[in-house]
Amino acid sequence: MAESKPSAEAMVSDVHKKIKAAFEAFDYETNNTVDVREIGTIIYSLGCFPSQTDLHDFIAEVEEDHTGYIHLDKFLPAMAKILLEHKYPPIPEDILLQAFEVLDKEKKGYLEPEELANYMTQEGELFTQEEMDEMLTALADHEKDLIYYKDILSQLTIDPEL
Amino acid sequence: MKAAVLIQRWYRRYIARLEMRRRYTWNIFQSIEYAGEQDQLQLSSFFSFMLNNFTQLNGNGPDLISQLLDPVVDPWLDRETCYNLIPVPESYTGPRLTFPLSISDTNALLSAFKEQQSLHARYVLQLLYETKKLLKQMPNIIHLSTSYTKDITICGDLHGRLDDLLLIFYKNGLPSAETPYVFNGDFVDRGKKSIEVVMLLFAYLLLYPDNMHLNRGNHEDHIMNLRCEEKSRNEIKRPGEICTEVSQTHFRAAGHRSVQQTDEKNDIDRWLSSQQQSKPQQEPKNPEPEKEAVQDQPSRQRRLHFSLLLLIVLVLLFTLLSSNSILPHASPIVDILWSDPKTQEGCSPNTFRGGGCYFGPDITQRLLLQHGLQLLIRSHECKQEGYELCHGGQVITIFSASNYYEEGSNRGAYIKLGRELVPRFYQYQVSRTTRKLTLTQRVRAAEGSALRALKEKLFTHRSELMSGFQQYDQNNTGSVSVSEWAQVLESVLRLDLPWRTLRPHLARLAADGSVEYQSCFENMEPGIPLSQVTPNLAETLFRYRTDIEIIFNIIDKDHSGLISIEEFRQTWRLFSAHLGVDIDDRAIDDLARSIDFNKDGSIDFTEFLEAFRVVHKLDNKDQQVNGKMDGEKYS
Repeated sequence: MAESKPSAEAMVSDVHKKIKAAFEAFDYETNNTVDVREIGTIIYSLGCFPSQTDLHDFIAEVEEDHTGYIHLDKFLPAMAKILLEHKYPPIPEDILLQAFEVLDKEKKGYLEPEELANYMTQEGELFTQEEMDEMLTALADHEKDLIYYKDILSQLTIDPEL
Repeated sequence: MKAAVLIQRWYRRYIARLEMRRRYTWNIFQSIEYAGEQDQLQLSSFFSFMLNNFTQLNGNGPDLISQLLDPVVDPWLDRETCYNLIPVPESYTGPRLTFPLSISDTNALLSAFKEQQSLHARYVLQLLYETKKLLKQMPNIIHLSTSYTKDITICGDLHGRLDDLLLIFYKNGLPSAETPYVFNGDFVDRGKKSIEVVMLLFAYLLLYPDNMHLNRGNHEDHIMNLRCEEKSRNEIKRPGEICTEVSQTHFRAAGHRSVQQTDEKNDIDRWLSSQQQSKPQQEPKNPEPEKEAVQDQPSRQRRLHFSLLLLIVLVLLFTLLSSNSILPHASPIVDILWSDPKTQEGCSPNTFRGGGCYFGPDITQRLLLQHGLQLLIRSHECKQEGYELCHGGQVITIFSASNYYEEGSNRGAYIKLGRELVPRFYQYQVSRTTRKLTLTQRVRAAEGSALRALKEKLFTHRSELMSGFQQYDQNNTGSVSVSEWAQVLESVLRLDLPWRTLRPHLARLAADGSVEYQSCFENMEPGIPLSQVTPNLAETLFRYRTDIEIIFNIIDKDHSGLISIEEFRQTWRLFSAHLGVDIDDRAIDDLARSIDFNKDGSIDFTEFLEAFRVVHKLDNKDQQVNGKMDGEKYS
């Protein structure tokens, strides 16, 4: 539900405010810098779906000479550009569903934990064991210990900010 | 394989959004907590106001004031025999303490509290009395030293969390000559087991006075304790007067540390001059203490060096004005107990807390240099990992109450210092459920609580907010832009929160993307419908409910739950004069008469205050529906 403002400047200024708010949540020292490791979280929370490579490229552009910190001055314009160009669009729910169905070769309607874990930790942009554990705990049906992907899909893709 | 990538990317984004929500939930809790603590300072200043102004009030003024202040100076418990007056019935199955305490007494306390038993008031009082006696003899600053065989364990805020204390004892060992402890204040308030925590800490203090050390925190204060309702107070089912005395004295015993009023400067000077005679070696400044190598020194000087370091732990122990239980509004004590380290250099007032200051790395550096110290270990701020280093590692914040804001909000931690004086951190988290909560569930639970608290804040500032909104809405359309909405909220509430991000939880958007500001106040209502109360008065009562309750409790000396109408009137007049709130005298009179339900000239103030507790209308509906989107009512 984006606010439909008449002028382009108003839109840009809104985007700037959004970026600042997200940035500030991780600016622990209140000096307009964040740890580079939090950048992924910030970008994701602003509604973008960059790949890991995209992320690395972005960080290379805005990081302060390998200090491990990113300053708002560099982050703001780069991020604004991404948002205004819709550069890393979100994944629509039906595409996501198809992705799950591709993995569910037997078309059972669910995935078993080991099945999912194999894919997540061995293919694509690999998950760490920690990420895998958390995903399984979060998504698996507790009684049957299976992942009914259709049910969880809507729960996890709603994004009110967009 | 593309499918895998899509899923991974989507999942990482989901986790990132959760993390974001967790962050701002934390911000909400912290802002509201600090705003609440500000009120404590305000109440102190209210008492100062009365002291300064009582001659200007009407003839009844002084009586009320002395009545308000008298309970704070309490002679009853100074009499030795007081606890002897209390009989312990045969049927009592809890611990029976014998003084001087022995290990079997502390073990009995531990098991009793684990089993949720209460300690009989007589033993509570006796324990407090003995502790007070001991504390009065102790100096303001204590020096400790580590030796070759034992580490010192330093714990931070506990805030009445018995589970965390028991967990620390379990992991680290009970206090003993081999396991010395330092507890850095804030033992009470907010947690449900404040009395049990304090009983255990004091018991060990009496048992091992050389190995158990308690520093004072900002919650070891009379007004703070009255503010934070002590639920455990009610668990001691004893006559009313004893209950209140208990809660009044436990802080005072902690606060009274020396009979003679030692001047802080003299104390340090004396100590410093004794050090100079033995020529301690100044350790080179090393910004990363974890990597510090142990210098080879003669053993005597090494011992001095150890005690130099540990002195700093006790910086927070200074209490200069032991006989005055009410904190003066701006004083060195407030500075020591309330200040927070920040990255900006210099010293500035701590506006977030409303007391104390912010101090920067240059201040820390200067302090440490001046006194030949290496580290400042302090508490007072909740940290997600239970501890945090700042100022280049020269300041450590240690916090020992896990799940402080909500289940899963943070870990607790403690520090161990060995002879190399390199701090080692141990973290833990108390979990009430046997099943591991997912990140999602934890964030949801915490967020729910935080948002409720925030909505209550909005409700209790309704008039101010509405007039702010109306300034932007001259045409009375009922809506303002999101920016304007955020601006009004920040200027009225001053909580420094990301309002735009929180908007979906707080207010509804119109079709054109503007905020329908009235929707902020939906779903909340007062506890009892109040037709005879004007909105202005109602809101003030909502907002200051806790403070008013404190004052009523002080007035109600016989703890009957009733005060006279005249007392009610006077208290209200004083309070509103102090706040600068313009309340019509007649409105007060009408109110007083209307709540005197029995028409017998007295008011049951508990009932009265119930009316001003904010009730959430949706509480009765089933909120446990799984799969529902997480409380975002407005898109």
